[in-house]
Amino acid sequence: MRNSKVVSLEEAIRKSGLKDGMTISFHHHFRGGDKVVNLVVDQLARMGYKNLHLAASSLSDVHSPLIEHIKNGVITKISTSGLRGELANEISHGLMKEPVIFRSHGGRGSAIASGELHIDVAFLGASSCDELGNASGCPRSENAKSICGSLGYALPDARYADHVVVLTDDLVAYPNVPKSISACDVESVVVVDSVGDSSKISSGAIRDSKNPRDILLAKQAAKVIINSGYFKDGFSIQTGTGGASLAAVKYIRESMIEKGIKASFALGGITAHMVKLHQEGLIGKLIDVQSFDKVAAESIASDQDHQEVSSVEYASAEHKGSAVHALDIVILSALEVDVNFNVNVLVGSDGIIRGAVGGHPDTAEDSALSIIVCPLLRGRIPCVVPKVTTLITPGKSVDVVVTEYGIAVNPARHEIAERLVEAGLKVVDINDLAAKAKSIIGEPDALPFGNKVVGIVVDRHGDVLDEIRNIED
Amino acid sequence: MEIKNAMAGTLESGDILIQVEPGKGLQVDLQSSVSAQFGRQIKAVITDTLKGLGVENASIKATDKGALDCTIRARVTAAVVRATGKDVWKD
Repeated sequence: MRNSKVVSLEEAIRKSGLKDGMTISFHHHFRGGDKVVNLVVDQLARMGYKNLHLAASSLSDVHSPLIEHIKNGVITKISTSGLRGELANEISHGLMKEPVIFRSHGGRGSAIASGELHIDVAFLGASSCDELGNASGCPRSENAKSICGSLGYALPDARYADHVVVLTDDLVAYPNVPKSISACDVESVVVVDSVGDSSKISSGAIRDSKNPRDILLAKQAAKVIINSGYFKDGFSIQTGTGGASLAAVKYIRESMIEKGIKASFALGGITAHMVKLHQEGLIGKLIDVQSFDKVAAESIASDQDHQEVSSVEYASAEHKGSAVHALDIVILSALEVDVNFNVNVLVGSDGIIRGAVGGHPDTAEDSALSIIVCPLLRGRIPCVVPKVTTLITPGKSVDVVVTEYGIAVNPARHEIAERLVEAGLKVVDINDLAAKAKSIIGEPDALPFGNKVVGIVVDRHGDVLDEIRNIED
Repeated sequence: MEIKNAMAGTLESGDILIQVEPGKGLQVDLQSSVSAQFGRQIKAVITDTLKGLGVENASIKATDKGALDCTIRARVTAAVVRATGKDVWKD
């Protein structure tokens, strides 16, 4: 084809004008199956690059090869929403000189749009792409290998990066429409063996739980929603990735059918549960920044009412048109909630980074009703604590905490507490939950934190919210 | 009290595996997923349970996956019953 942008990865990197010290970016739509980050950074290392800033929408277990690239000085700075696995463990123990910058999904979108997070070269994996760079997360040929659905987290990168390289494992005939990433934003197209393993998208945080405690929590969360005052025809909803919050959808569905209530839209990471409700006519539209499983990825490819949004359109604080501003109810999980309703979803109770900020603070702040679902204890680890290890979502954004020992309502939302009590639900003081946890597990010893700052949590408005210190063994 | 090699418990999350061997004095070697916060407490529960059962000489290897105190006591007791042949529940 005339004007074809297809080149080798090495050539694409040379053409990009990338220099030492610059910022490269990636999306995480393949989650645990991502192959792009490792492929590109390996190539950059071979080409002798040093001192790069890796700005990914998130990183997971699969990115442990970055440890070597950090040790060799190829990567010296990271910005991300999350870190898991061995990479997270090493960084928590002080692997990097510079702290990792953690942003929420909405916060990252805003920072890219405002220029606060400037991307020099974006390397964006796509399930299909034509020779000019029209790219999509949807399959467009029989040869499609890696399907991720929405490319929502990649869209700010595509739009605002100085130089955009699309990597694909399915080069299709022009025009690849409908497109997510426009050829007008793309400088080079690189064909690779595989951009990701789609079967691993629904790994990591996303579980369809059969755990009886999760099911109990899910049922309680559904009762909270139904009696909250926000369960009305035309309501909107988002669920987080925890087993209980995903399962809650099943129980809300039963009530929707029974009462003849329909939702106007579901937002966020879209799952098979949400697609099912939509196909049953219970949810009008699906607004999808990230397809969380194969069913969601297939739905977005074929259903006009299932639409992709960028992370800016999804959850930016600055843009009043972002979807979170229209969101009624969000169900979220937590590693820890404290007695002031502050939530930590990033750092484990052992002080080691093991999660992601995600859209947690974005949706909690802007929704009308935010519900945190978590067990009182995970093994011996308390989830309701006097003070969170790391602050991710401030308590003023959190309305209700559902545990198997009772439901705590933020005192600022006493009207919700009254409705729940009236419905016969067990509403308790959050201090009593923390005390109950302590009575079972005892008083934990202080964690062996060092003095080195290994992570900085930036809130969705761009301000520093908390610091993460290294953990010493 | 004669001690034979014995064990109780599993490596499941929320459980603890207790392995008892003959030893001089009480030695507790603990590996725990929550050692930073609870290692001290877990060792104390193991030692107290052993002493409560009259065990003064034994080497204990404990592999903990976040067990609660009640579970730890139950597993230590079961391991000691197996190690000594003395059924504390019956006798």
